[in-house]
Amino acid sequence: MEFLNAIVALANFVLIPATSYGAQLALGALGVTMIYGILRFSNFAHGDTMALGTAFAILITWGLQGMGVSLGPLPTALLALPVAIGLTGLVMLATDRAVYRFYRRKKVVPVILVIVSMGVMFVMNGITRFLIGVDEIRFSDGARFLINAREFKQSTGLDEGLALRTTQVLTVVTAVAVVALLFWFLNHTRTGKSMRAFSDNEDLALLSGINPERVVMYAWLIAGALATTAGVLYGLDKSFKAFTYFQLLLPIFASAIVGGLGNPVGAIAGGFLIAYSEVAVTYAFKKVVSYLVPEAWEPSGLMQLLSTDYKFAVSFTILIIVLLFKPTGLFKGKAV
Amino acid sequence: MRNIALFAVIGLLIVAEGFTGSWNTALGILNMGLISAILALGVNMQWGYAGLFNVGVVGFVALGGLAPVLISTPPTEGAMAAGGWRILLALIVGVASIGLAIAINRRAAGKMRVLGILAVLIGGFFLYRAIFDPAVEAVEAINPARAGNIGGLDLPVLLSWPIGGVFAAAAAWVIGKTALGLRSDYLAIATLGIGEIIVAIMKNEDWLARGVKNVINIPRPVPYEVDLQADPGFVERAAGLGMDPVTASTIFVKILYGCLFLAVLLILIWLTEKALNSPWGRMMRAIRDNEVAAEAMGKDVTLRHLQVFILGSAVCGMAGAMIVTLDSQLTPGTYHPLRFTFLIWVMVIVGGSGNNWGAVLGGMLIWYLWVKVEPWGQAVMDLVTSGLADGSALKAHLQASTAHMRLMTMGLVLLLVLRFAPRGLIPEK
Repeated sequence: MEFLNAIVALANFVLIPATSYGAQLALGALGVTMIYGILRFSNFAHGDTMALGTAFAILITWGLQGMGVSLGPLPTALLALPVAIGLTGLVMLATDRAVYRFYRRKKVVPVILVIVSMGVMFVMNGITRFLIGVDEIRFSDGARFLINAREFKQSTGLDEGLALRTTQVLTVVTAVAVVALLFWFLNHTRTGKSMRAFSDNEDLALLSGINPERVVMYAWLIAGALATTAGVLYGLDKSFKAFTYFQLLLPIFASAIVGGLGNPVGAIAGGFLIAYSEVAVTYAFKKVVSYLVPEAWEPSGLMQLLSTDYKFAVSFTILIIVLLFKPTGLFKGKAV
Repeated sequence: MRNIALFAVIGLLIVAEGFTGSWNTALGILNMGLISAILALGVNMQWGYAGLFNVGVVGFVALGGLAPVLISTPPTEGAMAAGGWRILLALIVGVASIGLAIAINRRAAGKMRVLGILAVLIGGFFLYRAIFDPAVEAVEAINPARAGNIGGLDLPVLLSWPIGGVFAAAAAWVIGKTALGLRSDYLAIATLGIGEIIVAIMKNEDWLARGVKNVINIPRPVPYEVDLQADPGFVERAAGLGMDPVTASTIFVKILYGCLFLAVLLILIWLTEKALNSPWGRMMRAIRDNEVAAEAMGKDVTLRHLQVFILGSAVCGMAGAMIVTLDSQLTPGTYHPLRFTFLIWVMVIVGGSGNNWGAVLGGMLIWYLWVKVEPWGQAVMDLVTSGLADGSALKAHLQASTAHMRLMTMGLVLLLVLRFAPRGLIPEK
């Protein structure tokens, strides 16, 4: 019984939250890695793209709620998501046309593109704040829990409750669907294959008649869609705040680099690695341990390695360690 | 000629602010503009001379801001005895175990290496926490409403400016040692991370500088306004100039600050110009423009990068100490990356990367814009919404959102400059 309690506590406070967070990071890192693979620069505006896409989704959600539309137990934001993805895609294409294309034609060094993306980041940040303000917004509706902590306790007779929120399940399901779709697209469609070819060897791809502008266009559309999905899922799971999304840039980049920049499988693995480490290192294990050891050995401290305020330090440390010992990432990424 | 004209324009803008607004705000813009210029100089050293992409400026500024607290505030009674020494010991244990791990990494090989490193790091961490946690608790228990930190050394505040630079330089050494051998993008991400972490430490380690409870009343290098107003000699001279003592005292204090900042800026410009035009400066540019060729000529690229990274970060740290001295308070909650990292980058790019005068110009100009865009945006919005009915939701939303105009304007300025004048207002020679 004690052992079961420990497992339930661990699942409730570490495994479940970390899995949904990992799925969100993986989607974000996929977007970063996609842009890196095709356009070959680290897109600093990605966090703010997520924020902008989410802001679109929130505005549409409010509109739908105002009209009385709802999805029953599921959050209304799911209905808004496709429209938001479309809008974000348009923004991405417009940004590419107005900003990035010029530098691409001039074949500037990647670091200039990074600085350009910093400018885009500022503008997008401004637009997001302009649209929706800087406050924290909760826009999740529908059924809150799939498994309720109290009911779980009653039905199983355990001391520990297990809560499974709708948004957590939704996050994982959506992420799996999106990733499956993405890999199908990359591996089985003509455009997807040409994108992979372009990412592997630009010159050869051009030689075999692949239209670079088309590849770039799809890359932006996919990155926009991934960013919006990741942003909406994160917002449903926690809450929306423009600055938090900007701060997500660090764990997202860490995920992408740890997995190997330009490698989609690596981005997913990196996302989960970062998420699990972040949650595990900042969780106070006192409760779990006290179920497992005899009463006399019960720890006096919280058994927390780091306070949650330092969660960024976790992704940062993993990033540094991986970079020092395996600079191309755990899965083979590009090193330009 | 053109450069002098550009600086004259800035001067005119500030003087115009003095005539149309108040001299107090004009001097306020000037003072912060001077500090911004110093920050831009620091970032320009890294980016302009060496092509290093540092996006953790906010961390170095925050770390520099710690110096005035640790140097010039009075020590907290009994804090060192209660736990201060033990905290110091814990930090030494932490550093020593990392050092030992690095030594094992260099010397040992194979399975022993991994096991040794893990054992040392894990053991060191728990030992560190065992000494650190009770000590912190003891320090934070001392008069938590007013102190709760270890306090400072009660030394003159001006001394904290170079010390702030030293703090930032030390952090830069650590980060540079680990990340500089890697690609440019990775350095960017690594500095982004270290910036966030330093700010998080400043916010949460209450024993150090009270965290988000802020430290106020940091001693000033210049007289206090109230003392000046109580000084009959000063009041008489103010009256002689036809000013009331309150305004005169605030302006006088601001001018004193301005002189101090200007002195630091001039020294830095003199030094950086000397450095840039010396063999060292030519070598740095050679490395920036073609690393492979410079390496073939026998230049140690990584070492030079480390050198300039440390120097630039030290300048940023010094500017951080100056900001805290100007405000007389340390408020870790205000260290925002958009304001202290990315805005500085806009200054450098707009001014002209690689050119010291350009960085100074960019710093002052962009700071002026940063301050003024909000009232201008308000005025534009008033004009735009004047046709809308009072109390309409759209009008209220538009009016409220002028506060966010700044970021968008700065982004647009950056994008426009990068596109149409990529070498900045004062290009590198």
